[in-house]
Amino acid sequence: MSAVTAPRPRFHLHVLGPLLALFVLIALGAWLNPNFLSYGNVTNVLARSAFIGIIAVGMTFVITSGGIDLSVGSMAAFIAGLMILSMNALLPHMGEGVSVILVGVLVAAGAGLLAGWLNGFLIAKVGIEPFIVTLGTMGIYRSLVTWLADGGTLSLDFGLRGLYRPVYYGGILGIAWPIIVFAIVAILGEIVMRQTAFGRHVAAIGANEQVARYSAVKVPRVRIATYALLGLLVGLATIMYVPRLGSASGSTGVLWELEAIAAVIIGGTVLKGGYGRVWGTVVGVLILSLIDNILNLASIVSPYLNGTIQGVIVILAVVLQREKKAADAR
Amino acid sequence: MTEPVLAIRQVSRLFGPVQVLFDVDFDLRPGEVHALIGENGAGKSTTMKILAGYLAPSAGEVLLDGRPVHFPSSREAEAAGVVMIHQEFNLATPLTVEENIFLGRELKRGPFLDHRAMQAESRRLLERLHCAVDPRARVSTLSVPNRQMVEIAKALGLKARVLIMDEPTAVLTHRETDTLLEQVDRLRAAGTAILYTSHKLDEVARIADRVTVLRDGRRVMTAPAKGLSEDRMAETMVGRELSGLFPPKSSPAPEPVLEVAGLTVPGFVRDASFTLRRGEVLGFAGLVGSGRTELMEGIVGLRPATGEVRMEGSPLPHASVSAARAAGLVYLTEDRKEKGLLLGKPLGENLTLLALDRFGRVLIDKAAEERALTQAISDFDIRVGDRGISAGSLSGGNQQKLLLAKTMLAEPRVVIIDEPTRGIDVGTKQQIYGFIARLAAEGRSVIVVSSELPEVIGLANRVVVMSAGRIAGEVEGEAITEENIVRLAMGLNHRKASA
Repeated sequence: MSAVTAPRPRFHLHVLGPLLALFVLIALGAWLNPNFLSYGNVTNVLARSAFIGIIAVGMTFVITSGGIDLSVGSMAAFIAGLMILSMNALLPHMGEGVSVILVGVLVAAGAGLLAGWLNGFLIAKVGIEPFIVTLGTMGIYRSLVTWLADGGTLSLDFGLRGLYRPVYYGGILGIAWPIIVFAIVAILGEIVMRQTAFGRHVAAIGANEQVARYSAVKVPRVRIATYALLGLLVGLATIMYVPRLGSASGSTGVLWELEAIAAVIIGGTVLKGGYGRVWGTVVGVLILSLIDNILNLASIVSPYLNGTIQGVIVILAVVLQREKKAADAR
Repeated sequence: MTEPVLAIRQVSRLFGPVQVLFDVDFDLRPGEVHALIGENGAGKSTTMKILAGYLAPSAGEVLLDGRPVHFPSSREAEAAGVVMIHQEFNLATPLTVEENIFLGRELKRGPFLDHRAMQAESRRLLERLHCAVDPRARVSTLSVPNRQMVEIAKALGLKARVLIMDEPTAVLTHRETDTLLEQVDRLRAAGTAILYTSHKLDEVARIADRVTVLRDGRRVMTAPAKGLSEDRMAETMVGRELSGLFPPKSSPAPEPVLEVAGLTVPGFVRDASFTLRRGEVLGFAGLVGSGRTELMEGIVGLRPATGEVRMEGSPLPHASVSAARAAGLVYLTEDRKEKGLLLGKPLGENLTLLALDRFGRVLIDKAAEERALTQAISDFDIRVGDRGISAGSLSGGNQQKLLLAKTMLAEPRVVIIDEPTRGIDVGTKQQIYGFIARLAAEGRSVIVVSSELPEVIGLANRVVVMSAGRIAGEVEGEAITEENIVRLAMGLNHRKASA
């Protein structure tokens, strides 16, 4: 029976669902508040989404390969602390200039890469469950940044802060830098996921690790690469985040990991792995930020209920995923 | 003649717009083994699932004791005494044997489980099957044949009136098959109605009272098994005459391509050495569990191993599948569903997974991928209506062809094919034998690992026989006979002289 094949429905709710939700939210926002679509508000929403968004793109790869990373929020805080400390320390030697900031950027990128690689190494080579490893490193980085700050706040030197500020607040052609960086990361991420052997291998490992191994996929290497990529993107997000406030503390990046994971799931990536889409993650990030923004702009529902609405949406997204799973199960 | 206990009348079934069953009649009488045979995709599974309440018919009716019934799910069917034993096991592997046998109908004493009673009953059921498995063992620690026995014990425990067996012997050895057939015989004598499917027609001839043949979703024959030859069954299934199941053997070149020296896979294989020549089909025979698969996985780097593997003169590094593939050596697994194909992924992604580096340096060339799929579908005669479906929706034979196409896309010079035709109908088998012979004729070298002796005998230029983790000997040319192979496999005479 060439043929136990159901017809492919033309309309897939799990594909279009997130996009529909996004359009509904935009329409709702515009209807509730005329300022919603103003340049200022749109820039604000997008720029604030950028941190979670950049991280969520990396998280998409980790989840698609069947993993999870709970440490990204703490990692961001730790990297921010490390970055600020090293820039402050180098200031007397190098003088106030762009070079100090460049060193800080390198520190952040390197620390992110290393921290992600370490997660990946413990998972892929030592063979510990991703949930356990990253639960552990989540606690470690959170405690390290609190310790570095001695329970308080680490602040970037005031002069450097002025120099670094445009990285968050500036832009070209009226588009803020964080938005540009997020867009580039998302586009590259989508291409890597969809069009490269690495993306294919990530999905293959998530779908069935044995099949991947038997198909000569270097499973440990690819797994480590997903975590290292995520670490690097956490570093990049931190680079964009530090100039916003110029400080880091024990409460920096709290719950970022959950927001990033939620965005990935809302976007239609399968939590168990095997299938992921970066554009969906971007839509997921935007949905989460828009809900927050609309609740703040319109006074119909209390902004304190933000978490409730986001939670409902995450659960709804997973219910929609089940439809896809049922279709694939045969 | 007794009345049928379970029957279907004029049953049709559609999946979406695709009709897979056309007005099929089938019945099962108490104390009778009724074999249902047909090629992969002929509609056997669908028929069985309808009988066992897993699927509802699109048209027609199911009759239990002559009255129309509707089983909303397999649970109601089981309650009515209709039990299906699946080809893919329905066992919870982290649980023990006893827990599996009593899953969902645990015996209790007060609020607590009565482990002693359940263990005793499990032991009794397994003893009936001559299966020496401890009821307290976890299923995950059992071999595949033992899992099959547990599955059958579970069905026996349900006191089935109707037993539907979907290729129960596909993973069993000869001896285990004998035990199973004895059990089937005993159940028949006790008045159970049994539906039996198998691609092994000798078994069908041996055990069945009646045989029904399906072809392309239609019933083409129901006849008493007595006087029905295996050839006649095969021809009715395929709808044409099958002559020469095996293509003629070509003769290999003298130079060695793959040399294995002193390979040991800890726990499975000790000190195995052999060579493979260019253009040769080398058979690997031996009992299930003799270490054939483990040896092959050790050679290609899927298992840790010591010893030396040389490909065209140069040694291969240990434990690297990708290095073996780069050297032109690939392994096609016996377990296509768990290790071979990504069942939820489309055909194209499966096809190119092993050879993705051939489709673009950085970005994947999707147009080339599509062309490769078109080519594979025509080269390997993969029968598929809609190219967009996932690999899991293909029938077993077509999955095997896709896996073969995937392996060949890596352009290997040496292919190791483990159980090339497990669970595949005779028509597709013939095609796959043709592919294997063609590979050898093209100058590639093929190792065929198989538990089916006729397959090894019909294909191989030379046969290496394994026994208990060692190479027991090899036979070549005229010496390739069932008797010689079995003697070696049973460890009767070690080191028969090889040519």
